[in-house]
Amino acid sequence: MSEAMSKTETMTVREAIREALREEMARDESVVVFGEDVANFGGVLGVTGDLVEQFGEDRVVDTPISEAGFIGASVGAAASGLRPVPEIMFVDFIGVPMEQIHNQLAKMRYMFGGKADLPVTIRTTEGGGQRAASQHSSSYHTWFAHLPGVKAVTPGTPRAAKGLLKSSIRSNDPVIFFENKVMYEMEGEVPTDEDFTIPIGEAHVEREGDDVTVVASQRLVGETLEVADDLEGETDVEVIDVQSLYPLDTNTILDSVEKTGRLVVADESPLSYGAHAEVISRVAEEGFYSLDAPVQRVGIPDVHVPFSPPLEDDVVPSGDQVRAAIERIV
Amino acid sequence: MLLIREHEDRAGDLFADGELPGFVHLYIGEEAVAVGACGALEDEDYITSTHRGHGHCIAKGLDPKRMIAELYGKEDGYCKGKGGSMHIADVDANMLGANGIVGAGPPIAAGAAWSGQYFDEDRVALAFFGDGAVAQGQVHEAINLAATWDLPGIFLIENNQYGEGTPMEKQHNIEDLSQTAEAYGIPGFTVDGMDITAVYEAVREARERALRGDGPTLIEAETYRYRGHFEGDPQPYRDESDIDEWREENDPIDAFRKRLMDRDELTEDEFAEMRSEIEAEIEEAVAFAQEADYPDPHLAYEDMYADPVPEIDYFADRLRADGEGNGGDRQ
Repeated sequence: MSEAMSKTETMTVREAIREALREEMARDESVVVFGEDVANFGGVLGVTGDLVEQFGEDRVVDTPISEAGFIGASVGAAASGLRPVPEIMFVDFIGVPMEQIHNQLAKMRYMFGGKADLPVTIRTTEGGGQRAASQHSSSYHTWFAHLPGVKAVTPGTPRAAKGLLKSSIRSNDPVIFFENKVMYEMEGEVPTDEDFTIPIGEAHVEREGDDVTVVASQRLVGETLEVADDLEGETDVEVIDVQSLYPLDTNTILDSVEKTGRLVVADESPLSYGAHAEVISRVAEEGFYSLDAPVQRVGIPDVHVPFSPPLEDDVVPSGDQVRAAIERIV
Repeated sequence: MLLIREHEDRAGDLFADGELPGFVHLYIGEEAVAVGACGALEDEDYITSTHRGHGHCIAKGLDPKRMIAELYGKEDGYCKGKGGSMHIADVDANMLGANGIVGAGPPIAAGAAWSGQYFDEDRVALAFFGDGAVAQGQVHEAINLAATWDLPGIFLIENNQYGEGTPMEKQHNIEDLSQTAEAYGIPGFTVDGMDITAVYEAVREARERALRGDGPTLIEAETYRYRGHFEGDPQPYRDESDIDEWREENDPIDAFRKRLMDRDELTEDEFAEMRSEIEAEIEEAVAFAQEADYPDPHLAYEDMYADPVPEIDYFADRLRADGEGNGGDRQ
C-alpha cells in the first residue's frame, strides 16, 4: 500500500502542503502553481512560502486579482499540457470563477465525450475561527462534493494533507482541495517518502473504538481525537477522517458503524443538505440495521460565520459539540 | 465558406423539419471570420469557440459527418452525442470546444496560450467571441491576464451587431469594440468581417506578433448574423430589410467569389462545380448522421472522470430501467 511508508517527520499542515507542492513540482515540470500573492509574498497564509525561490517565477506565478481569468486559464492550460495548481485565497472568493468551475472544468470531459483530461487542482482555504467575518470564513466544500465532474478533498491531518495533495496533482481529474486555515499550525507525523500518496476516495481510521463512530473532517478530526482521549475508559470512540468528500469511502464508514452501531458526523459546514446528510444517507441505505441509536450531526446551524468573538465561537463547531453529540447517543 | 454556408443551411432545414433535437445557432453570414481566422492559423494552434460554433469547427478542419452526427445526438458525433450543437469539440485538433456560456472561451484560450509560452512551443491560441461577450467580466479578466503575461493569444470579437436579441449599441458605450485594447495596452484593430482577406491578414499579423513574444492582439471583425439568435427566433428586434441589405451588399461569399472572378482565378463553372461538390459532401454527411446509432443509454454514466468514482454506478444501477445492478447492497 502506497501509504505504508515508515520514515516520518513532524510537520505542520502548512509545511505538509508546501512539501507536497515542492515534490510534485520537482517530479513533473508541467506542474505550475499560481494565484494571488503565491510567489513573492509566499501566499497570504504562508503556504507556498519559498517555492518561488526554488522553481522561479515561470512556475510559481503571481496573478492579477482575476479568479475567473486564472481559473479559466487553468482549464485551457490543462487541456493543452500543463498541470495547473491554482490557489483561491479564500473559498469565499470562489463565486467569482464559479462559471469556469461548474460549467467548464466540471463538464468539459463529459460534454466532449471523455476526450479532455483536465488535471487541475484548485487549492483553497476555508473555515471560521480567525475573527475574519463572514466573507473570509466560509466552508463551501459541500458545494463541490455535490458538483459532478470534480472531486472534493478535505484533509484532517498533516499526513492526509500531503498524501492527498500529491494524489490530487497527479490525478487527471479536476480536484478541489480544501484547506481549513485554522489547521495550518497543526502538527503531525508525515511520511517523507516522495512516493507517499493517499488515494482520493479513501477515508482513514484515525483511532479505533467500539462504542461510537465519529466521521469527521478537517479541523474536527483533531478536535474529535482529543474528545476521544478525554472519554477514554468511559466511551470507546472510533474516529474516521473522511479525507475525501467525493468520492466518499462508504465502505470504511459502514464497516465502522456495523461495529459500533452509533454514528456522529462532524463537519464544519451548514447542516442542511450538507456532507453530514450524505454520509448519513449512505449509512441509512446500506447499514440501516446496524444502527442502534439516532444519528447525530455537528456542523454550522445554517448561519454565516459572524465577526464578534462570542458569536463566532458559538457558531463554529468544536469538540465540545462532538462530545455532547456522543453523549446523547451512548 | 461555402461548406459552412451549406452546412448551416442544411442544419437550419433539419431543425425546421424537427430532425434535430435541442436548439441550434447558425453562423450564416459570418463565414469570412472563421475561415479568414483559421486560414491564418496553423494546425498546432488552439481555438475556443462559442454557442455559434459550427463555422469555427469547419474552419478548423473538423469533419461535417461527425459534426452533423453530433447535432443529431448520435454516438459517432464528435462528443458521442453528449455535447450537441453547443459543445462540439475536438481536443485532438486543438479545438477546445464550442461553448454554451457567453464569454467563457477567452479565459480558456488564455490558458492554452500560456501552455504554449511555458513550453516554448511555436503556437498561439485564438478565442472567438461575440460582441455580447465583450460585456462579460471574465472576458476582461482573460484579456488583461494575457496582456500582462504577454501570452501568445488572439482575441477575436465577432461583432455580428446583436448580442442575442439586443443591438450592439444598447450593450456598449463605444463604437468600435477594439477600442478596449487600449485599456490592456495591446494592439486593437477593427476589420471588415465580411472580407475574408481582411480577417486573414489581421490574424496572420497577430499570430506573428504573438510568436515574437509581443503578446496578444484584440481584433474586432464586423460581420452580420443573417439568422436569428437561435433557429425559431421571431426576431422582433430587427427588420427583414436590414438582413437583406447586408446579404445583398456585403455577403462574404459573393464578395470573395466576385473578387476571384475579376482576377480570373475562378470561373462560373468552377464555382458551380465547387458548390455541387459541397452539396454532395453535406448530403453524405447528413445521410451518415441519420444512419448512425444513438448511444446506448448506459453511456450516459461514462466519461465523467479519468479515474471513475464508485458513486455513479451505485446510483445508476439502482435507478436505471434495466435494473441489472444490485444497487451495491452490502446486506
